[in-house]
Amino acid sequence: MRPVAIIGIGKTAFGAFPDRDLRSLAVEAGEKCLADAHVSPSQVEAYYLGNFAGPSFVGQNHLAPYIAGAMGITGVPATRFEAACASSGSAFYHAVSSVAAGLNDIVLVAGVEKMTSQTTPKVTEILAGAGDTCGEVRAGATFPALFAMIARRHMYQYGTTRDMLASVAVKNHENGAKNPLAHMRKVITMEQALKGKPISEPLTVFDCSLISDGAAAVLIVPFERASEFTDKPVKVLGVAQTSDYVALDQKDDITTFRAVAAAAQKAYKMAGVTAQDIQFAEVHDCFTIAEIIAIEDLGFVKKGDGGPYELAGCTRLTGPLPINTSGGLKSKGHPVGATGVGQLCDLVLQLRGEAGERQLAKHSLGLAQNLGGSGATAVVTILGVA
Amino acid sequence: MKSGLVYTETVVHAAPEQFVADAPYQLAIVSLEDGGRLTVRVDGERVAIGDRVEFVEDRNGISFFRKA
Repeated sequence: MRPVAIIGIGKTAFGAFPDRDLRSLAVEAGEKCLADAHVSPSQVEAYYLGNFAGPSFVGQNHLAPYIAGAMGITGVPATRFEAACASSGSAFYHAVSSVAAGLNDIVLVAGVEKMTSQTTPKVTEILAGAGDTCGEVRAGATFPALFAMIARRHMYQYGTTRDMLASVAVKNHENGAKNPLAHMRKVITMEQALKGKPISEPLTVFDCSLISDGAAAVLIVPFERASEFTDKPVKVLGVAQTSDYVALDQKDDITTFRAVAAAAQKAYKMAGVTAQDIQFAEVHDCFTIAEIIAIEDLGFVKKGDGGPYELAGCTRLTGPLPINTSGGLKSKGHPVGATGVGQLCDLVLQLRGEAGERQLAKHSLGLAQNLGGSGATAVVTILGVA
Repeated sequence: MKSGLVYTETVVHAAPEQFVADAPYQLAIVSLEDGGRLTVRVDGERVAIGDRVEFVEDRNGISFFRKA
């Protein structure tokens, strides 16, 4: 298997862009990425696209060749991957597989979602399609409801509190306010986070990630060729994707995402590192409780210690383990299909030392965790400076 | 009659389009006495984790339970 490197990144701003369509967002991210790597469209050998629900949100199918063609990329495999909110994490996993296997050398991996053209109840309904529509969704479950039930159980089993949840939102907004591409660039107080409008008890609007438009892209090549394109290659040290049941009521213990734990173990083994070696991470905070569970499942803290660790400020930019220096899905925004590759762009910024106000002092080994649904797909990626 | 214990629950305020008129409503995952778990709607009084609940009826394919 050939080692793989990321040689270019490109992102649109995340936000609500009524004048932008899905294709133009994906094209912008792709073109920025190619420019970053000094690669022309004609050199691209395959296009992997993560997108959750373009057909439902904007009525467009056959998205990968539709977008690739608009960038002048034709005559190559162009394929869409759908794995709910882990769609582009999954696209990345499969793209790396293709380069590692020697099938392709120069592969563009992107993610895109255009969500804000629909009303919030309609968006809620489309997102619920990532759950079990014959069971939990038929009964009236939304994604906030599923994560609210996870939060209630986590609070019951481990004593996690509303303050601990709110501290995740406050910290991520603090970071997002420093990110020029973030959707909601403002700080919030603990009081605001605690007194937000109820969405699904115990979660308030400040526990929920944003409904966003946006796109992100990375360009990968075999590591041995990286120096042809850049003097700052980032190495893909480990990547793993795993699955679990879709329905929450089929999982034995909903306070853990066992797909995440399994993917993390595989990725650590592939990279030859342990959880304790990781210096910073972008985790999938679709809801505040999801960040708390993520840092537990990734092995950064013991099960049940995620909430107190967050509340103590350990995951802030100045803490021992900065989490979501980009602002996370909570503040940066969550155009669901773009999120997995967007996290990788944010890791690369830190690894290259280009994260501006958010730049960390230790930035040679980072991890990204992308979650689909209530844990039915998990992708964990470990990146390092070469 | 089916019955069980509340494994977890939530009260939904922001409903999906087809259930906007029902909100707020309580959902629960019930650990059934006969084994397995089921996601249900709660009728009447709000319930908490550990409460015993029993089946009321199916309406439009949705199972309703209430505090026993």
